[in-house]
Amino acid sequence: MSPRQSTTATRHFKSEKFDFSSFFFSGLTGLATLLILAILAVILLNIIINGWSGLSWHFVSTIPKKDFFDIHTTGVLPMIVGTSIRVIVMTVFVIPVGVVTAIYLTEYAPNTSLITRTIRAAVNNLAGVPSIVFGLFGVGFFINFIGKNVDRALHNSGPVWGQPALIWASMTLAVMTLPVVIVATEESLKAIPPGLREASLALGATKLETIWRIVLPQALPGILTGGILAVSRAAGEVAPILFTGVAYYTSSLPTKLTDQFMDLGYHIFVLSTQSPNIDQTRPILYATVLVLLMLTFALNIVAIVIRARVRKKMRALG
Amino acid sequence: MGIHRGHTARPWEWIVEKSIFLISLSAILMVLLIFLFVAKEALPVFFGEINTALIQKPIPPAEMEKHSPVELQSYLELTPAQFASMSKDTLRSLMEVKVEAQDDIPEDFRKDPDARINTTEWRYLLFAHQWSDYNKPSYIWQPVGQIQKFNIVPLVIGTLKTTIIGLLFAVPLAVGAAIYVSQMARPRVREVVKPTIELLSGIPSVVVGFFALLIMATVLQHIFHYQTRLNAFVAGIALGIAVIPVIFSISEDALTSVPRAYSQAALALGASRWQTAWQIVLPAALPGVFAASVLGFGRAIGETMIVLMVCSGSVVSWSIFDSARSITTTIAAEMAEAVDGGPHYRILFMLGALLFAATFISNMVGEIVIHRFKRKLEGKR
Repeated sequence: MSPRQSTTATRHFKSEKFDFSSFFFSGLTGLATLLILAILAVILLNIIINGWSGLSWHFVSTIPKKDFFDIHTTGVLPMIVGTSIRVIVMTVFVIPVGVVTAIYLTEYAPNTSLITRTIRAAVNNLAGVPSIVFGLFGVGFFINFIGKNVDRALHNSGPVWGQPALIWASMTLAVMTLPVVIVATEESLKAIPPGLREASLALGATKLETIWRIVLPQALPGILTGGILAVSRAAGEVAPILFTGVAYYTSSLPTKLTDQFMDLGYHIFVLSTQSPNIDQTRPILYATVLVLLMLTFALNIVAIVIRARVRKKMRALG
Repeated sequence: MGIHRGHTARPWEWIVEKSIFLISLSAILMVLLIFLFVAKEALPVFFGEINTALIQKPIPPAEMEKHSPVELQSYLELTPAQFASMSKDTLRSLMEVKVEAQDDIPEDFRKDPDARINTTEWRYLLFAHQWSDYNKPSYIWQPVGQIQKFNIVPLVIGTLKTTIIGLLFAVPLAVGAAIYVSQMARPRVREVVKPTIELLSGIPSVVVGFFALLIMATVLQHIFHYQTRLNAFVAGIALGIAVIPVIFSISEDALTSVPRAYSQAALALGASRWQTAWQIVLPAALPGVFAASVLGFGRAIGETMIVLMVCSGSVVSWSIFDSARSITTTIAAEMAEAVDGGPHYRILFMLGALLFAATFISNMVGEIVIHRFKRKLEGKR
């Protein structure tokens, strides 16, 4: 076959089979993709462009007076601190429980037993419970049940634990983000080649020693990813903390677990719905939104990078 | 030394392994606790134990002995714990206060038939009622004032309205993008686009709400020329933006998990790329796409901050350009002002329990469909 013949053959093939419906369909679905990307871009660009000018060192390091709608004296330090502390306290509760559950599910659980399936169903359901229902649960269980009973046991004269507080907000968020940690940890545990475990067991280590010395160190980046994803999810959530600990205004930073706190997400809600003059509040609002987005996106990107590295390493190992 | 087996060999490890098992049950425990404690606060509504009627037949303190403790407790609106902790004298003085309160009701209210109604009965919660200052039977949610009205129909309509608009917007876009990314796009495009769309789920809902309130509401009003600036339509579109990543990533998973042999066979038989995607891959992945939409529905129905920020009037209207108030919004906005243990508080928990049940069911349906779909693709029945 001469080269000339082959080119005519291809050309012939292409021209006869120009496929309008494929072209149209690709275009249509591609347009949907583009539209989603455009929405994302518009939201992010709009916030970055408008928020950037309001951002300053003064803004992120000032504790505002009660009237925080004034651009010159306002700041978001208590909100940054409040949001950070509530997610840090949350990780103390959620990471151990989530990691242990994932260890049970991947290392111990018989795959088809009723109890395993029930745990998995519970994790999936927990992931789908509306965030406001977690808020109600926080009131009903943590504040009204646990908190009030602690007060009674300690013979406190007024409510100390039986009222909205940092610890209850954090624990409510911990329940909410439990599935995130479990799923991420499980994924990283599954990615560890079984050969490593078998080698350790063959050398005489017990199952628990294998998990503690071999499996967990390998899974550490994955566990970290799970923690970061949980933190970034929780940092932006407002509904679960509405009645479990957030305050419209506090004059000082939270110092005890029973204090109430101010929060970035809630502050955005307050600024955008309760401002006396929305045009004057707009720059503060944009700057606050930008701070929250930077916080959650930075966490998300760190998680994505760690995850990508782990996957690469696992591919090299496996 | 012989070989020991079971917990006698290494008691310490046996204990640790058992505790691992126990801790892993905490997810189940939490689901149960959520159900238990949300339902517990709402139980008096389900059993009709609350009486919000303004005018009640007073029980004279002298007749205290004639009534059972349970009757007295509900009459005095106390919790069992409060009731148990009170002495007989305290109860007696409470009953006197109650009688005095009944005597203090102004004459106007005595003539109002509504003042004798217990508004937490199911027929007032679910059906229209002609209140004395209205000229026709209507569905009213009005938890403040002398006569509290708790009809949940406006809230259910508001929730469905915003959710359905959200899904009508999100499902075609998200599924279209999933088809494009999994079937049409080149691998390099795919590797960029997929994580970018998933980044959308990293935007907190309060930020989506803020954006809808400040920017989208104005832009959409300019395009569609409707009256009310903040309405169910804007809230629905914003909800759609929030659920797009959920629907996208689950449908994309479903489409990619269709075995390559299916599409390769179709292409080898001379089908075009579009025929392969539309007639082979999409039908095979349809259960997964359906499940994605159901899970998106569950997410949208439970979304709070967006609807709370964008619209919150309680009108009964199916028009999408009217305001709407969803169940989640109502709970978020009114929980702070509801008295602990009062009728309003209990009704809000009842709404929470309904919401929990709705999302529980939609999650179960979604999970079961996905599970079946995976088994079918693996060739098991």
